Amino acid sequence: MTTAVTVAGQVRIGGQVLFPPIRLALKPVGWTALLGPSGVGKSTLLRLIAGLPIGGMFEGSVSNRQPVALMAQDAGLLPWLTVRQNAALGARLRGERADADRLDGVLDRTGLTDHAAKYPAALSGGQRQRVALARTLMEDRGVILLDEPFAALDVAMRLAMQDLAAGLLAGRSVLMVTHDPAEAARLAHRICVLTKDGLAEEPSPATTPPRAANDPGAFACQTALLARLIAGVRT
Amino acid sequence: MNARALLAPLAGGLAGILLWQGLIMATGLPPFLLPGPRAVAEALLTHHEVLARAALRTLTEIVAGFVLGAGAGCLLALSMAACERVAAVLRPVLLVSQMIPIFALAPILTLWLGYGMAPKIVVSALICFFPVASAFFDGLGRTSGAHLDLARTMGANGWREMWHLRIPMALPMLGSGLRLAAVYAPIGAVIGEWVGGSEGLGAVMIHANGRMRIDLSFAALALVTLIALAFHGAVGWAVRRWFARFD
Repeated sequence: MTTAVTVAGQVRIGGQVLFPPIRLALKPVGWTALLGPSGVGKSTLLRLIAGLPIGGMFEGSVSNRQPVALMAQDAGLLPWLTVRQNAALGARLRGERADADRLDGVLDRTGLTDHAAKYPAALSGGQRQRVALARTLMEDRGVILLDEPFAALDVAMRLAMQDLAAGLLAGRSVLMVTHDPAEAARLAHRICVLTKDGLAEEPSPATTPPRAANDPGAFACQTALLARLIAGVRT
Repeated sequence: MNARALLAPLAGGLAGILLWQGLIMATGLPPFLLPGPRAVAEALLTHHEVLARAALRTLTEIVAGFVLGAGAGCLLALSMAACERVAAVLRPVLLVSQMIPIFALAPILTLWLGYGMAPKIVVSALICFFPVASAFFDGLGRTSGAHLDLARTMGANGWREMWHLRIPMALPMLGSGLRLAAVYAPIGAVIGEWVGGSEGLGAVMIHANGRMRIDLSFAALALVTLIALAFHGAVGWAVRRWFARFD
């Protein structure tokens, strides 16, 4: 199988075309970054892949659709559950018993073992996102959808979370919506820009992600992406 | 509540009593029209047996009415939230039920249910029912889209989504509804007692009024107020105790 999931088609909202016919094929392994101006339909594309309602008309098809795990800017933790219970939310919602050993392992790898019994209110923003990452890992899905997952974090925390996520989600197909060209340049194997004219793939650095924050290739890519996004705004 | 927090309401109560006494002294109103604080305190002492029995009765009606009304309100909100068709049918019924003045309904309920506790409990339950149903239903409909997305991608079915997400997230709203209902419950019970029957603080007030015993009427009124305050406080405490962590 050369693609994990493929979306082909266009979306109309209230008669207006949100984006023209596009085709996005996710590889079974690797990070794809999706950039583009606000309101162009990046999250809508994500929701199509997730099989969630989009509040518009989708004319096209999604092939090889499979269960996904979702992680967004807001960690979406439940305040009445502990870190451990939040990480195992999927099992709870399916009426299953969470695999305790696997849960221990995931909490360990996300650095949450010491916080396992805490409630979300006692956590920092970065720790909350780590819980969201742990919850995503517990789902153990082949396709991971990230919707600006690190946008609310400060720079140092963001870099740390990017590295952690890159390491823990390696071997899966990740689609990450982001507004940050630097983030795309650091993490992505492939970079796509969605505009009202359609979806275009941009060159990504030749090195393997995650790239260092001062990696020259990543920096050049970031600059090119920035120019591309600014040009998109002007036209 | 610490001592400082108690100080303000105590000072307010004391000021009210002083104003009350001052009004009597200034206007020279006779005690059979407006008894002073002292006369009311005396009535409380003299009739303490009658008043205590009546207070217990009224409190029982309040608690029973509240539990019944709040329980029915929760069930209705849940069934409306679970099924859009049920909601479409019941929403207008719910609204119309609130347009009927409860005062007008109380005599009819007495006619149907007799002079015992039942009509009082039902009036109280009818008043409590709406704020609980309405607040809880609103809360159940306000689960954040992000959480519902998460639940769907995790493969939750409707019932688990309801039990693990929508209900816990609606509990703070339910708490507001319960607190409001706790204010209304005593009103319902006293209205029921006014309309018919010979027991409870409402009945004591009606009878005392009829015999021009305004002091006793005031004593009963003071007790109703005290019970209502205590009940509201107890419900508020329970709501904070149990629902705060869902906020």
